[in-house]
Amino acid sequence: MSHSTSHEHASHGQEHGHGEHANHGSLRSYLTGFVLAAILTVIPFWLVMGHVFQSHWLTITIVLALAIVQILVHVIYFLHLDTRSEGGWNMLSFIFTMVLVVIVLGASIWVMYNENSLMMPMSQQANQGT
Amino acid sequence: MLEPTTHPAARSFLFGRLTLDSLPFLQPDLEGRIVLVTFIAVCLGGLAILGLITKKRLWGYLWNEWFTSVDHKKLGIMYMILGTVMLLRGFADALMMRAQQAIAFGPNMGYLPPEHYDQIFTAHGSIMIFFVAMAYIVGLINYVMPLQIGSRDVAFPFLNNLSFWFTFWGAITFMVSLFVGSFSTAGWLGYPPVSELQQGPGVDYYIWGLQLSGVGTLLSGVNFVVTIIKMRAPGMTMMKMPVFTWTSLCTSGLIIATFPVLTATLFLLSLDRYIGTHFFTSDFGGNVMMYINLIWVWGHPEVYILILPIFGIYSEIVPTFSGKPLFGYSSMVYATCAIMILSYLVWLHHFFTMGSGADVNSFFSLTTMIISIPTGVKIFNWLFTMYRGRVQFTVPMLWTMGFLFTFTIGGMTGVMLSVAPADFLLHNSLFLIAHFHNVIIGGVVFGVFAGVNYWFPKAFGFKLDESWGRASFWFWQIGFWLAFGPLYIMGLMGVTRRLSHFDNPALQPYFIVAAVGAGLIALGIASFIIQIGVSILRRKQYAVGGDPWNGRTLEWATSSPPPAYNFAFVPNVHERDAWMDMKRHGYRRPLEGFNDIHMPSNTASGVIIGTLSFLCCFGLIWYIWWLAVASFVGVIVASIAHTFNYHRDYHIPKAEVDSFEHSGNWQDAAQGANA
Repeated sequence: MSHSTSHEHASHGQEHGHGEHANHGSLRSYLTGFVLAAILTVIPFWLVMGHVFQSHWLTITIVLALAIVQILVHVIYFLHLDTRSEGGWNMLSFIFTMVLVVIVLGASIWVMYNENSLMMPMSQQANQGT
Repeated sequence: MLEPTTHPAARSFLFGRLTLDSLPFLQPDLEGRIVLVTFIAVCLGGLAILGLITKKRLWGYLWNEWFTSVDHKKLGIMYMILGTVMLLRGFADALMMRAQQAIAFGPNMGYLPPEHYDQIFTAHGSIMIFFVAMAYIVGLINYVMPLQIGSRDVAFPFLNNLSFWFTFWGAITFMVSLFVGSFSTAGWLGYPPVSELQQGPGVDYYIWGLQLSGVGTLLSGVNFVVTIIKMRAPGMTMMKMPVFTWTSLCTSGLIIATFPVLTATLFLLSLDRYIGTHFFTSDFGGNVMMYINLIWVWGHPEVYILILPIFGIYSEIVPTFSGKPLFGYSSMVYATCAIMILSYLVWLHHFFTMGSGADVNSFFSLTTMIISIPTGVKIFNWLFTMYRGRVQFTVPMLWTMGFLFTFTIGGMTGVMLSVAPADFLLHNSLFLIAHFHNVIIGGVVFGVFAGVNYWFPKAFGFKLDESWGRASFWFWQIGFWLAFGPLYIMGLMGVTRRLSHFDNPALQPYFIVAAVGAGLIALGIASFIIQIGVSILRRKQYAVGGDPWNGRTLEWATSSPPPAYNFAFVPNVHERDAWMDMKRHGYRRPLEGFNDIHMPSNTASGVIIGTLSFLCCFGLIWYIWWLAVASFVGVIVASIAHTFNYHRDYHIPKAEVDSFEHSGNWQDAAQGANA
């Protein structure tokens, strides 16, 4: 993952992050982030409102992919996540959190979808719970 | 469908739905009489203790030195005491269940009505996990980890005190349900629809007790991670940390990642119960299965939260008593990290039978089998550490050997259960009960006793009695197999869990053997308590110095018990097993040149916020809304008021440090090794 921050940190010569804090970005990095975020917002609007693709699924996939890129842009340019801040612990805990969130959400959806598809057909009435 | 017990009209403003009928000991039936006798005994015992404290004028001492303390060592000890008290409660439940199942055959319905029996197994499970195992784990990490990394306290000392009081009041919430109202009958994980449909305060006691202790545990997890990452002694890189510290770090990471899931799931359940939402109902768009999925997303990592620090304890004990460095330190660390991630990938094995397809079940079946590999790596590491070492069969080592034998068998039955088709036969059978008691008793409980015997001299300056320690071990070890061996056999024959009565008389002998086993375990617990009592009486005789076991890690570099500031000079670390390295290089403890030491001050905020939170939960449980609102506002006000407390720290004067460093309980390593 790239980190385009102009403001470099002086190394304190310590191995595990004492005194190394996250950087605060620069005007240039904020503007880059802003432009990228704006572009990544406009494209999905255009795709949906302009009916660019015939297939709904293609549109949804692209919009979701752009949403993930959008998250990364925010995290890098606005939250200043890079591999050096706090001695790398910020990045490590971010990756750990992402892995767990993906596992928990992805697998829960997979499991519930799977069980739903194996349910015996229920009457309309039962589904409405009356 | 979610109507409260009493008709709304019958609820009073002052007491909500709490009426005289809610007090089980006033009921005229047999059960009421049993509870009445217990209640009187508890009141008399409680009054005796309070009277003794008052007579000895200990209130000021307890308040100033313990309740308001932010010292990680004192909080650790308080967690251990809480865990032991709750162990007695949880084990009393176990004895009642074993007694009921041993006699309730055919025409004999036993002495417990089904409703009461259900409350007992629910309370047993949740108390043993949340208030025994978790309290012990957090207590041991609290006491040992900061010493091992050469730190003077945890990163957030006040938060540590607050965590303790949340956990304490969570335990009290559970205990109150004994005498005021009733407890949940929905099992230790509170599955809907039972937990949604059960009226009365039982499930609400369960929910709010767990919410309190869950917040406490989460805050402890945050505290430990920051402490380990930020406060290690200079030179102690990650790969030079003691293994117990490593496992504490991984466990705390798991706590931070999973306890919010528990909190959120229980919160959704309470919304269903209180305001009639339908997250976990079968109609109006809800889904019961989602609760089971979510609770196990927390529940499976939870068992690794329990066992990882225990693996760390064994990894400290085995090298110390084999006189060798740990075999395969790096593989131990990587195995711990692998378990930490893999523990998130196996939760579905708790509900193979819920109706997933073959692909889903196979995936979780495979991940479950894979997670046994890093655990197996650890077993071999401990065995190879002992191999060609000079193994001393001290009490901690005895518990470790018992663990290796018992836990390995429990692990193998776990792999049997991981095979989804086999699980269809064994699910919810006594085989499952035997399996998880096998890993939790054989792993966690044995490890806690090993750790207590190992670090007790550090905490109090004298060793625990050997012979009572051995007695406790053998009672537990033999009692465990007598109690759970029959359950394995009956489980394979198809006997299911949570039954309060049986028709088939052929099963009775097995249950009688199991009851005898539980009786032996009771003797084991009694021996443990006697062991502590005897050791206190003979504390002069058993007195030891700072390093009684010829230890390898930094906690043995300081006095026993350590001073409030732990280390007058923070040690410089060059190698793994830092204290052993220091001893080898002829380390001499400096006796001059001390400075004032900056320490955090005690605060009453933890006690106040914890108590108010308990009152809020009690109000919510009984629909006493004025109490809930008032105490919730109190919590907010007390938290804000705490931020205006500027007297947060003090300095231990140089003279005091100097005097302790000359008079403390030290002893050099050579003497210690022979002690």
